[in-house]
Amino acid sequence: MTLPQARKVGLPLMNLVKFKGIPILQQLCLEEKLLRTSSDNWCIINDGTNAPTIVMGMSGKPSELLELGHVLQDQIPVIRRFTGGGTVIVDHGTIFISLICNKDDVPGVLPYPRSIMSWSSLFYNEVFQGIGDFQLRENDYVFGNRKFGGNAQSITKNRWIHHTSFLWDYEAKNMAYLKLPSRAPEYRLARSHTGFVCRMKDYMPRTVFIGKTVQAIENYFTVEPLNLDADSAVHDTEFVHSTNLLTKQELEEACASMHK
Amino acid sequence: MASRLWASRAASYLRISVFHRGFSSVVKDFKYADSHEWVKVEGNSATVGITDHAQDHLGDVVYVELPEVGVAVTQGGSFGAVESVKATSDINSPVSGKVVEVNEELNNSPGLVNASPYENGWIIKVEISKTDELKSLMDSDQYSKFCEEEDAKH
Repeated sequence: MTLPQARKVGLPLMNLVKFKGIPILQQLCLEEKLLRTSSDNWCIINDGTNAPTIVMGMSGKPSELLELGHVLQDQIPVIRRFTGGGTVIVDHGTIFISLICNKDDVPGVLPYPRSIMSWSSLFYNEVFQGIGDFQLRENDYVFGNRKFGGNAQSITKNRWIHHTSFLWDYEAKNMAYLKLPSRAPEYRLARSHTGFVCRMKDYMPRTVFIGKTVQAIENYFTVEPLNLDADSAVHDTEFVHSTNLLTKQELEEACASMHK
Repeated sequence: MASRLWASRAASYLRISVFHRGFSSVVKDFKYADSHEWVKVEGNSATVGITDHAQDHLGDVVYVELPEVGVAVTQGGSFGAVESVKATSDINSPVSGKVVEVNEELNNSPGLVNASPYENGWIIKVEISKTDELKSLMDSDQYSKFCEEEDAKH
């Protein structure tokens, strides 16, 4: 038995699902459903999403986080997702990697945010080894002091999801839809969005990143590629999502509340 | 750690028994679930929150998702969530019954869960429907041991 084969013996199974350009709402609804109703481990990779979309965390308030006038004028969709964390604007230049795990299949990791993130930083350290001074810095993935990946989590009794939106590329004009958040990491030092983030494409080819990520997963899991229909997750009547697309009325009311 | 110091001071002021075991405090007469929620039972009435161990491991709580008054809860089922360090974490009910009150203070001050997990950081009050289920919960000594064993594994 070769050494790589020996390492894989006894590793828990993880289903690997790869999408290209599916809508982020579909992806998030699928992830929430898999977290809550599946007992398998999953890795979801979505290579880009089809349209610029704003995604807030569970407790996000549009009036505090978004330049609502511009958002409404340009009809940018706004989603509130089921995980915590901050606000991002995603598009075809964003690569999404999501890991949904049974807590007992990741030994040494407690089902708490810092423990999970500590593990994920080791995992991504393998992906970015030797590249761009990668580190987990105040819960962000950075090269040096520039953020290139935003991550968030949701933890249930026996399972958790750690999902990341990686800025492969972005359009500076899209960042203008987001306000400077009141809750920001110290290392941000009040920098604007464009001064704070960087593009992964300056560090690593797109296919190399995805390939290295799958390789890193194989150090912890036995990977099984699988096809899934993401669209059905959005319209599933048996499972009630908390992830939702905000209506125009909700955004208009939020905008009106700012001017009172 | 600040949470242990706070617990000691609160305990002295309130004259409740607080035993420091390992890294987290417990309240002697409460019952505990293995998902790190506590319940204070008074007849058919229960007050529920998360433990000092849980708040310490979660980090600073920035948001609490509360259930509606009147909803049913089941033992072991999730009824709400806390947000901390970019994560939403389920809160599970140690008892079955009906939610009769929620701690609205947490809407403005979610940090009460960290600062006062056993007093001002309470989360819901429940009218218990199955008192038999209380037998499956841990007492303070059992819960302290459970926390030590869990932390030692990782």
